[in-house]
Amino acid sequence: MASGGGAARLDLETAPRIRRVIDREQVLHVARLARLGLTDAEVETMAGELSGILEHVDRIAALDLDDVEPTSHVVELENVLRADVPHESLPKDVALASAPDPVDGAFRVPSPQAE
Amino acid sequence: MAELEAVIGLEIHVQLATRTKMFCGCELSFGDEPNVHTCPVCLAHPGVLPVTNEQAIRYALQIAAALECEVAPRSIFHRKNYFYPDSPKAYQISQYDVPLASNGRLGDVRIHRAHLEEDAAKTIHVGDSGRIHGSSASLVDFNRGGTPLVEIVTEPDLRSAAEAASWARLLRETVRQLGVSDVNMEEGSLRVDGNISVRPAGSEELGTKTELKNMNSFRFLERGIEAELARQRELVEAGGTVAQETLHFNPSDASLTPLRSKEEAHDYRYFPEPDLVSLVPTEEMLREARESLPELPAARIERYRKQMGLAEDTAALLATDPATAAYFEQTAKEAGKGVEPRVVANWVTGELAAALRQDGGDAGAAESKVEPAALAALVAMVQEKKISNSSGKAVLATLVAEGGDPAAIVDREGLAQISDSGELESIVAAAIEANPDAAEQVRAGNRKAIGAIVGFVMKQTKGRADGGEINRLIEAQLDARAG
Repeated sequence: MASGGGAARLDLETAPRIRRVIDREQVLHVARLARLGLTDAEVETMAGELSGILEHVDRIAALDLDDVEPTSHVVELENVLRADVPHESLPKDVALASAPDPVDGAFRVPSPQAE
Repeated sequence: MAELEAVIGLEIHVQLATRTKMFCGCELSFGDEPNVHTCPVCLAHPGVLPVTNEQAIRYALQIAAALECEVAPRSIFHRKNYFYPDSPKAYQISQYDVPLASNGRLGDVRIHRAHLEEDAAKTIHVGDSGRIHGSSASLVDFNRGGTPLVEIVTEPDLRSAAEAASWARLLRETVRQLGVSDVNMEEGSLRVDGNISVRPAGSEELGTKTELKNMNSFRFLERGIEAELARQRELVEAGGTVAQETLHFNPSDASLTPLRSKEEAHDYRYFPEPDLVSLVPTEEMLREARESLPELPAARIERYRKQMGLAEDTAALLATDPATAAYFEQTAKEAGKGVEPRVVANWVTGELAAALRQDGGDAGAAESKVEPAALAALVAMVQEKKISNSSGKAVLATLVAEGGDPAAIVDREGLAQISDSGELESIVAAAIEANPDAAEQVRAGNRKAIGAIVGFVMKQTKGRADGGEINRLIEAQLDARAG
């Protein structure tokens, strides 16, 4: 649905908008990428909630933020680095303890190519 | 139809030779038994946090400086989401819209970007033959998982497979000389993928590209690109169109296999990694990276051309490998002012290289028995006409086989040039007497016939006479007799 509004008023009605409504197909696509199984009801809920989030982003996009640095983190830290010094790694049997089907010291998994 | 031009860009993954992984303190290794270098971070146990290795940042900044890139004042890490057993977190920590470095150059090729990321674990696919369930499995070794990588992406500036392979070699030498990676293609510490397309020559538009993977040597890189270009040319010339796909190069028969589209679902849903804060290279970090750069091959080639007057291909032969470069520079220095660097360069890339090949070994100049001082002395002797050119080659062959001092070899073998002009004149006179037919022809105007007389003199003097001087004396004597 193209955003309408004939008047030259600078408000949410006329601000440049990308079409941000998430439909059922898009929810299913993202669910497939994230390996999530959703019921029909959940798909409906998600479509509504995700659209709401993007609606909110639209409201922000309508503001004049040219002089505002993008925020990727809310903590005021930078360059948190560690020295290149080895720590002790896990003993192999401990590392493999969470492997249901180890073989020859490796994690054996179903072949992703046979998926 | 206009001729089709090749348009090639490369994507290079360089494993950094840090002691530990990118985001945890597990040691890097190659060839160890599986899963002995893991911890809760690189195995992605719940609740763990990554911490960036500062040495990886230093190395990446050195690569950025060597490639003359602009370094982003602030860059961040992103999560690249995908499901595959080589990534226990189900995402790879990489960089996305703000890479560490961009807009660089190496030689004639522009660098689009260079960014930091972590390597995936190693998976070995086990075939299903002989298995009870008939299904196949993969074995996962997390030793490699989390190794720091710099991914370098070029602009599509390469125009042939040979050019791509030769540029990739220059990149490898450059990174090797920084000392930040082992750059071993067979072991996977240097991995090169190609983005390949064709377009009518002269066109500015880019054709549809394919991505070529699994070329684990420079020879395979060249052969793989060659094969893909041939495939695309044939397709387009027959009126077809190239499909965008990823191809796997099979070195055993030079065939190209498309990867299944499922493996290509490029929908990574990147988002900023919330567990890592921004990377803001300080002035000090940038200065340290710049100051740590040794003279790199591209700069050395330039210096040899401009300051020493070498031809471009000779300069490239000498400047690329640092040991060869050091050998050449030492030899030129020992030879001193009387000998131009260009002459020394031609001896190293010409006569010496030929003599080493003749000797059968694959040693370069720097590993040979010929000391720079010895080669310098030899070149000077030839230049000063103390020995003839052909004697020079004979001495060089001895030096290659046994090493030693060229002056001593000249004495021992009696190769000193005949400097007594009276002696040489009488040998020339005898040569003319012995070759009356040739002498007659030369007099009649057939200059080529002089070769027989020169050859006679060379034989009599065992190559100890200067060719130019022999020619001059023969002509003088023939003229004198004619007159």
